[in-house]
Amino acid sequence: MTALAAGTRHPVTITLNGQPRTGHAHPRTLLSDFLRHELGAHSTRVGCEHGVCGACTVRIDGVAQRACLTLAVQVDGRRVDTVEGLAREGRMTALQDAFHRHHALQCGFCTAGILMSLADWLVRVPKPTEAELRDMLSGHLCRCTGYAAIVRAVMDVTGQTTESVHV
Amino acid sequence: MTAIPTQHGYVGRPVPRVEDAALLTGSARYADDLPVKPGTLHAAILRSPHAHAELLGIDTAAARTVPGVAAVITGEEAKRFSSPFLVGVKAPMEHWCLAVDRVRYVGEPVAVVLADSRYVAEDALDRIGARYRPLPPVMTFDQAFDAASEPLHPALGSNLVNRRDFTYGDVDGAFAAANWRVSVEVEFPRNSCTPMECFVVLADFDAAEGGYEVLSNFSGPFAVHPVMARALKVPGSKLRLKSPPHSGGSFGNKQAVFPYIVLMGVCARATGRPVKWVEDRLEHLMAATSATARRMALEAAVAADGRVLALRMEQTEDCGAYLRAPEPASLYRNHGNLTGAYDIPTLSVVNRIVLTNKTPTGLNRGFGGGQLYYGLERLMHRVAVELGLDPLDVIRRNLVPAAAMPHATASGGSLDSGDFHACLEEAVERGDLEGLKAKRDAARAEGRLYGIGYAAVVEPSVSNMGYITTVLTAEERRKAGPKNGAQASATVAVDPTGGVSVSVESVPQGQGHRTVLAQVAADVFGLPMEQITVVTDFDTAKDAWSIAAGNYSSRFAGAVAGTAHLAATRLRDRMARLAAPQLNVAAEELVFAGGKVFAAGNPDNALSFSRVAAAGHWSPGTLPDGQEAALRETVFWTPEPLKAPTDADHINSSACYGFIIDFCGVEVDRDTGRVRIDRYVTMHDAGRILNPLLAEGQIQGGFAHAVGAALYEEYAYGDDGRFLSGTFADYLVPTACEVPVPVILHRESPSPVTPLGAKGVGEGNCMSTPVCLANAVADALGVETVTLPLTPHRVAALIHGEEPPRPAGSTAPARPAAATGKPGGRGLTGEGSRAVPATPEQVWAILLDPKELAALLPGCEALDLVGPNAYRAEVVVGVGPVRGRYVAEVALSDLDPPNSLTLSGSGSSALGTGRGSGHVTLERHGDGTLVTYRYTAEVGGKVAAVGGRMLDSAARLIIGQFFDKLIARAGGPEAVPERPSLLARLLRLLGIRP
Ligand code: FES
Ligand code: FES
Repeated sequence: MTALAAGTRHPVTITLNGQPRTGHAHPRTLLSDFLRHELGAHSTRVGCEHGVCGACTVRIDGVAQRACLTLAVQVDGRRVDTVEGLAREGRMTALQDAFHRHHALQCGFCTAGILMSLADWLVRVPKPTEAELRDMLSGHLCRCTGYAAIVRAVMDVTGQTTESVHV
Repeated sequence: MTAIPTQHGYVGRPVPRVEDAALLTGSARYADDLPVKPGTLHAAILRSPHAHAELLGIDTAAARTVPGVAAVITGEEAKRFSSPFLVGVKAPMEHWCLAVDRVRYVGEPVAVVLADSRYVAEDALDRIGARYRPLPPVMTFDQAFDAASEPLHPALGSNLVNRRDFTYGDVDGAFAAANWRVSVEVEFPRNSCTPMECFVVLADFDAAEGGYEVLSNFSGPFAVHPVMARALKVPGSKLRLKSPPHSGGSFGNKQAVFPYIVLMGVCARATGRPVKWVEDRLEHLMAATSATARRMALEAAVAADGRVLALRMEQTEDCGAYLRAPEPASLYRNHGNLTGAYDIPTLSVVNRIVLTNKTPTGLNRGFGGGQLYYGLERLMHRVAVELGLDPLDVIRRNLVPAAAMPHATASGGSLDSGDFHACLEEAVERGDLEGLKAKRDAARAEGRLYGIGYAAVVEPSVSNMGYITTVLTAEERRKAGPKNGAQASATVAVDPTGGVSVSVESVPQGQGHRTVLAQVAADVFGLPMEQITVVTDFDTAKDAWSIAAGNYSSRFAGAVAGTAHLAATRLRDRMARLAAPQLNVAAEELVFAGGKVFAAGNPDNALSFSRVAAAGHWSPGTLPDGQEAALRETVFWTPEPLKAPTDADHINSSACYGFIIDFCGVEVDRDTGRVRIDRYVTMHDAGRILNPLLAEGQIQGGFAHAVGAALYEEYAYGDDGRFLSGTFADYLVPTACEVPVPVILHRESPSPVTPLGAKGVGEGNCMSTPVCLANAVADALGVETVTLPLTPHRVAALIHGEEPPRPAGSTAPARPAAATGKPGGRGLTGEGSRAVPATPEQVWAILLDPKELAALLPGCEALDLVGPNAYRAEVVVGVGPVRGRYVAEVALSDLDPPNSLTLSGSGSSALGTGRGSGHVTLERHGDGTLVTYRYTAEVGGKVAAVGGRMLDSAARLIIGQFFDKLIARAGGPEAVPERPSLLARLLRLLGIRP
């Protein structure tokens, strides 16, 4: 492993949502700060900076990860996808549209992270049960929605309906 | 996005939100996403590690030398450029934006570093030396009442700030005549709805104009604007406050950003540069704001059938270290509805406000309601239990009857509308209470712990700006001048192309106000929603506002949307008068629909909406005489029934009151104490529902907050004032696995008070649900008293009794363990031993040689002898997510060379404080030495708040490293003596100084 000088900003080049982007970062700069303040990719939100809330989740080489627990210099040369890259030519994905229809977001601060986790997870688990989905969502904190509408939106977009056990 | 049909109008339909596209695609801009001016400085705040201490001095010289640091601001600058915040109660209490000579809660701002980047600013925090003299902290209600406790504000002389006694009717007579008396005593804990986005402030000072311009995610109430302006010593017009287009939630909490607006204003003024501050999660949990903790004692005079004839209520509110505006809002917000949904004719109340060494309190979803109803509905539950009645029958017999609406409550509230009994019966029916009871009976028959709880409440919305003055006596109010009303404002404008824009002062925090306002305006003008643009980012210099502006007390649906409707209607009527001569019909006969303006009986006689709009702009001169052409209308509206408190202290504290009846079934795990919500039914009458999709979202969100408050969330403090819930791993917010989907039911009885008949809907479950769950748990366990939050630990104690303390001697050697000495604290004790390949004399020599010791102590950057057997050490310690440089004073005593010694010390860093002692013995063991250590320590500040769960393993790690080095040193070519004070080292590392 190369040692990077602590006091120096180092060039970091990533493929951000398919586009090559280069910025500079100190070795200690968090990926969340690098994306937001160096590259201006501000859709990645920061809710705790200690790895619990999930708001900062991005995909690194396809895998959903916490940008607040990742250093910018660690992703040099890698692919990073954020919620800005989900919609293609202004058309939202089916998942985004389901969030809209089901009112699965209010303030929206948690939403980007949840969408990025789902974008990764639903590839691997295309038809989750409600219990599996809730378990996966427990890696994200949302203070606005009570999660019910998020669950509904995902079950809908995966071609299922939720029968809440409670009704 | 979904196309929305227009034929029957938008209001009342589940229209998806116009806000969503920006949020879902990531383009939405929150406060931290907005551009900053070139040269902006980034702020980091040094916060008090002590709950209560005199601030003796602050040495900022070293911090100023850190490259990239522009300035360090302390109480000196605060005194120079600001004045203390106004307090709602006349009391000699000075609350500055930075501590001046005393700190009163852990996390209180003490100094601000301003630097080129946040990273550098945080580095420099470590270099500030703040000196304190700790004072005894006041942490509990009992301590606050204790005349011998240290007064937080010496000029006040006591920690009881205010007491008011109220009597409404012949309470004593009613009690004398009653068959039964039932009483409860409860405490509601501190917690917070803590939004996902923390506080953000961008402040600038224009020296030429003498004015501040601040962008922040402050949510209102703008009654606090004059408080900020006063603190900054400028007229309100010189404090221009703006809000960003999006906010990441508030739930009342973002009201508490205001002291930081003033603080950053001071920083901008002192440095002459723009300043940006972004609060982090630890800061938010520790020091932003909290719901009030409340102790209540209630006693009911009850007739044999369960009717409550009179109520005696004592409420004591813990407002934290300062009574910060708008407190005592939480205590008085429900004054008009203290009797809840019940027709209880007589009432006496004693309200006390106390101060404690905790974060100041403030607005928090449902503020005051969760507390009040926790007492009232626990009482109603006890009435049923003690009289052997069905709890639902007790509720039925006491609910205000529909025929009595509007109902005047004992304390002066006016419940405006609703059929509470019909709501209840419909909830029972549609929510299948019978099925739930059958389930409970079946579970109980199997020996399981299953209970059913109920709660009935009224949900106040649109606060009377005068209710807080109920804290003053009638005499004091006369002097201060009357306060009342709840002015809302809205502006609607039509541009020359026929586009409609609406702007309001509601400062939404994610609820979807833009959508609702577009629905309202589209219906008035007969236009598609897409033609309406709603602007909610707010600017005090340009927008219409008054002190009631902002996002709190559920004022949007009732007051703001209604006011927008009034403004739009007024503007439409003006456009009708413009169009009438051209269409040759009377203005009153014109209809606005489908983008056209036409005569009611003759749709072909029409003008396009845009044509009429153009006329208002392009040909004002051709209009009929006396006709105003301006296509812009601003309306201020205040609800008629909101008067100032009467001399007899009657106050209608809110404009309207919704009704909620909840019931639920819970199962308690007998082994673990875990509470599982099996079924939850919540029935609301929130007046007219403007958008059912959004209303449901509000109820579900409020319910999730309430589940957190009932079962998981609490701001926990050690009894020495240390804050113990500084991360989301300590402050447990419910996840998707903990929040069930409630059954939501509605009845709509429009409010006669608000323009659209709407009432608030978003706060109610934070009032009804915690107590409904508590009643269910009490029912399941058959216990009289339950305490929130109902964590497995607490509930298990109700089932099995308190857990016995760890048996003595159960601590394994060499394994530090969390001490149990200070309940809830971050104390550490540990013991262990290691064999070192050197003689006791050699080990002793190493331990007593500062150079040797420094080399062995992990993270030690300096160790100087400052006196006989006294050292000053600088050590960098990391525990979990935090790292800090500790400066510690360490003394060696009980020296018995080469057999034993005691180390003791204390130190502090930006991470907090530590104090501890350790005893080390050296025992000859073959060729080597067995070093045995035993220590106790206490840590406070940030390290306790966020690293608490990791102290244990950090201690182990550091001790291990120390011994490894010592063994290497002793076994090395020079075969030097063993390591000293490893224990000291480790304690120091932990922030505990040995
Ligand atoms: S900000 Fe990264 S997990 Fe919370
Ligand atoms: S929508 Fe606000 S936190 Fe999830």
